[in-house]
Amino acid sequence: MADTAGRNTRPLALHVPEPRFRPGDAVSFDDLDLPAAGAVGRPPVDAAPAALRDYPYTLIRVLDPEGRAVGAWDPRLAPDRLVRMLRGMMLTRAYDDRMFRAQRQGKTSFYMKCTGEEAVAVAAAHALHRDDMCFPSYRQQGLLIARDWPLVDMMCQIYSNAGDRMKGRQLPVMYSSKEAGFFSISGNLATQYPQAVGWAMASAARGDTRIAAGWVGEGSTAEGDFHAACIFAAVYRAPVILNIVNNQWAISSFSGIAGAEATTFAARANGYGVAGLRVDGNDPLAVFAATEWAAERARGNHGPTIIEHFTYRVEAHSTSDDPSAYRPADEARAFPLGDPIERLKQHLILIGAWDEARHEALRAELVEQVRAAGREAEALGTLSGTAFNHGFETIFEDVFATMPPHLKEQSEQMAEERRVAGV
Amino acid sequence: MNMIQAINSALDVCMTRDEAVVVLGEDVGYFGGVFRATAGLQKKHGKTRVFDTPINECGIIGVAVGMATYGLRPVPEIQFADYIYPGMDQLISEAARLRYRSAGEWTCPITVRSPFGGGIFGGQTHSQSPEGIFTHVAGLKTVIPSNPYDAKGLLIAAIEDPDPVLFFEPKRIYNGPFDGHYDRPVQPWSKHGSSEVPDGHYTVPLGKAAVVRAGEAVTVLCYGTMVHVALGVAAETGIDAEIIDLRTLVPLDIETITASVEKTGRCVIVHEATRTGGFGAELSAQVQERCFHHLEAPIERVTGWDTPYPHSLEWAYFPGPVRLTQALHRVLKD
Repeated sequence: MADTAGRNTRPLALHVPEPRFRPGDAVSFDDLDLPAAGAVGRPPVDAAPAALRDYPYTLIRVLDPEGRAVGAWDPRLAPDRLVRMLRGMMLTRAYDDRMFRAQRQGKTSFYMKCTGEEAVAVAAAHALHRDDMCFPSYRQQGLLIARDWPLVDMMCQIYSNAGDRMKGRQLPVMYSSKEAGFFSISGNLATQYPQAVGWAMASAARGDTRIAAGWVGEGSTAEGDFHAACIFAAVYRAPVILNIVNNQWAISSFSGIAGAEATTFAARANGYGVAGLRVDGNDPLAVFAATEWAAERARGNHGPTIIEHFTYRVEAHSTSDDPSAYRPADEARAFPLGDPIERLKQHLILIGAWDEARHEALRAELVEQVRAAGREAEALGTLSGTAFNHGFETIFEDVFATMPPHLKEQSEQMAEERRVAGV
Repeated sequence: MNMIQAINSALDVCMTRDEAVVVLGEDVGYFGGVFRATAGLQKKHGKTRVFDTPINECGIIGVAVGMATYGLRPVPEIQFADYIYPGMDQLISEAARLRYRSAGEWTCPITVRSPFGGGIFGGQTHSQSPEGIFTHVAGLKTVIPSNPYDAKGLLIAAIEDPDPVLFFEPKRIYNGPFDGHYDRPVQPWSKHGSSEVPDGHYTVPLGKAAVVRAGEAVTVLCYGTMVHVALGVAAETGIDAEIIDLRTLVPLDIETITASVEKTGRCVIVHEATRTGGFGAELSAQVQERCFHHLEAPIERVTGWDTPYPHSLEWAYFPGPVRLTQALHRVLKD
């Protein structure tokens, strides 16, 4: 203990943030400052960062409580586009539900749902061009689904089966698809952020027209890579969109542990002199509009944008997590931004482009689509069913483009070991 | 050419041949690098191909990985190898494993250049030899030249290689070879055969060691600055040492090493990095595994001490001629 005797000063106190609610507490988000839909103006895409410094402290919302699209951020999308967005979000949810069950049935080791966050990926994918490059985190499966990537391919990755193009090397949900512009996911957090900036810088340096987008969770903004990406993006005005998915929880650590008590995550942009927007992440039209704004800004060589998507992680972090141990069971229901699928559905019904019967028919169709894909994928094996779908010699492949002598030697040693063991 | 000029020439040749080659790092652009290795490149190739970066090694390497996934061939410079640590996660978890984790869908052809090693009064923050940390990582290649000809040929081979390569440049011998006696002047490279460096394109293949001095009594395994220390000791003592310049630590040319040790029956390993867990331990293990029945004396390691590099006492740290000569006498006494 420090000796404070004789010093006429109060002892210092360390502040350790705590979430407002723990299991058993009554949940209320009444004090959350949520601007009304349409309340925030839409600046020109070439606005100087200095003119944008208030945007990170508010919340861009388009859909009002009745489901009307209001205000300057209304992207005025055609109904068929809105229905495709709805379909993408519903398919993502159906897919999540089936793969979660598959994990519980022991067909794979691990799964991560994005329930409640479907708009963050699906609406963004609709606002980007198909050939723009995505550097996602592990909860943006909606990007692949919105880009019509085959569900069977995604499922094969989860099962590490014979159809897994990654040869069973990656943790389930760590997809990769160069063709779909979806970068290989890393378990080390925020590493994809500088990579997204580098890709965007390369595109700009080569006079290409494609832009890049990266995603991290709010917890990962504490990583050094986040700040490395921001400074490079700012310095070179890289054509990149840096998305922060603030779903309130980084496993059991609430957003305050990543700095949310002191400021917003979007406000990090101000320190770097780049554009920052903060959007209602459960409002698909707001996510689309903000992404479209940032994409236009990037394409016009006006620089990067940091977008904070304010949302909520409805489910557990992963199948290995138990959120009832650290947050109230009804917190997700009490979160005031609602469900993104329900909100878009309500909007479509309001404008006369949708109805409950069509919605139910689509839901049933998507469940069947996922089921059919599941059967097809499982026919190629599951992690538990046919555990070793890839030849043992593949262990030594792809470490380098050409196998060097020491790996050839080790490969032969393993073959001999298996021969002796009779397997 | 001296080694810096040879490295500059390699970069120029690669940038001229391939638009995809880009150079980035602290001070590499307008100024041409604190060691001048990138001098003139920005003026010739433009500032979107050779540019200064923020002081952020994680950013330098992470951005280079992203550029490589776009289709470029970035050559990031880490100004001193001592500063590579903030970028290590991008090297170890990303660059090294990208091909493997995506089964070849994504690759990462970056070449990270970095001056390393001591002997320039760099203190503990400008003298380290971190190669052993990276040779332990699957998926990275590690290259260390010992002369201007090899430096250019190896660097071109590294830049053209489809995999991530760490290219450590022994800064003590940038300007000329050095026999390990700190009180003697550095010889200029112009008096040395390997300073004859062709202007154009050529490669020295990765994974091939060079027998830089033939001998019968003992095999000395070394790389970088230590090649010159070993050559100096052999000349001074007259010990009939066969000196092998490894040139590439991963992949390692174990055939050349074992052929030599089987012939001489004795082996001394020399490197400047700290001893415990260093690359010398790996070399010692491999030689023991393969050449045990040919060995007539225990394998010796001559290394830096297991301490940080002390500024004022760097020559007491440096594995110089006395330390190497003692080791050679020990293995030769039986």
